[in-house]
Amino acid sequence: MDISSPDSKKRFNLCLLASALVFGTFYMAGPRSAFLLLVGLGFGLVLEGFRFGFAGPWRLAVKERDGRGLVAQLMAIGLTAAIAFPLLAANPDELTGAYAPIGFAMIAGAFVFGIAMQLVMGCGSGTLVNAGSGNLVSLIALIGFVAGSFTGSLHLGWWNGLGTLPVLTMQDLFGSGGGLWVTLLGLAILALVTLAWSEHGKRKPPLRLIAAAIMLALLAILNLVIAGQSWGVVYGLGLWGAKLAQAGGMDVATTAFWSNAAHAERLQQSILTDVTSLTNIGLIAGAFLVMRWRRSVDPQVTNLQPVSWMVVIVAGLVLGYSSRIAFGCNVGAFFSGVSTGSLHGWVWFVSAFAGSALGIRLRPILLQQARPVMEVGIP
Amino acid sequence: MNVDSENTGKKLPGRPTSGLLALIGVFLFVVMDLINAQPIDPYQAPYPTALGSGQIPSGAHCTNVSAVD
Repeated sequence: MDISSPDSKKRFNLCLLASALVFGTFYMAGPRSAFLLLVGLGFGLVLEGFRFGFAGPWRLAVKERDGRGLVAQLMAIGLTAAIAFPLLAANPDELTGAYAPIGFAMIAGAFVFGIAMQLVMGCGSGTLVNAGSGNLVSLIALIGFVAGSFTGSLHLGWWNGLGTLPVLTMQDLFGSGGGLWVTLLGLAILALVTLAWSEHGKRKPPLRLIAAAIMLALLAILNLVIAGQSWGVVYGLGLWGAKLAQAGGMDVATTAFWSNAAHAERLQQSILTDVTSLTNIGLIAGAFLVMRWRRSVDPQVTNLQPVSWMVVIVAGLVLGYSSRIAFGCNVGAFFSGVSTGSLHGWVWFVSAFAGSALGIRLRPILLQQARPVMEVGIP
Repeated sequence: MNVDSENTGKKLPGRPTSGLLALIGVFLFVVMDLINAQPIDPYQAPYPTALGSGQIPSGAHCTNVSAVD
């Protein structure tokens, strides 16, 4: 290999950039923050590098009867659960799962999120990854996502007041060991249903997706071990919105949500100490590194009419708002919720998948001419 | 709504530029936040991993319902 070639120099510089990000964070905020940024970089590298997504595989499962991506997602969740359940049981004072209540707003929020994720072809992690990899549609949608997630936090109490069940977990219902088996059984049944639905030749995930699923599971466990909580996306984006609103003069600290001690502390402290912000930054940076590492860069999305760009912003806003009231997106609610035993994760999946099926039908109507544009990128 | 690459002739920035924009945006946001937020006290930095720290997890998550009720 010629180390003086432009590609080698570029890749050397990318390694320098990644190192600078990690060591800079270590210097400013300490080892835990640096480790979390590293985990976030890992998520970005895996999702972009292996083209592992959530929204795209759901669309393929519904439209093309291609269940390979969805089965890979279920594998990743199952692998994570197999390690997370015993870890959580053995260390209840240091680690916590992604537990949230099932409620009317949660179900409706997940349904709307499912619709919106098919409109912009990006979920929580997908929007960050695509933005980092230079997809301009996702970059614009990300701005809406941040605003929507923050706005949702301001209304969360009202939405939750519509009615929720107590927080239900597999561990509470079946014990830790039993809860794990029920979770794995549920995932296996879901995988079998997906396989039965899928057409011949579109069932077994390729090695690329299996490798990605294994790496995602390992990174999710690292996230749990380092942060003490599961991988999430939405909270960090809402916090970014809150900080921007505060910088703009809004008295965010007096609002119901952000005056709560836990959230008020996040608002006062640097985002370099916030768990989900660090992994979110890592996701964007990791995806950027992969995009630049490749010898040939994917083409940019096709330009849109101004009104279409507005639709993208609104769809991002809806993604952020709905995921906030749904207690998470595909990552915080589905991936982390199910893999740590929260029943809300299962309900979220059913509701979001139904919304997604509707979103697939609505997309050609609402974004008729934007469809080829949206399909560029990692869903 | 129309895709207008042919209609307007306006060319969007390429992926490297857009990706760099995203990174710069995040960087500027972090700098703004470092200026506005409380200074990070390195002596208060938490144990490198939550596991083994002996401390209750203090981070916030999208499933956190403590401030909702």
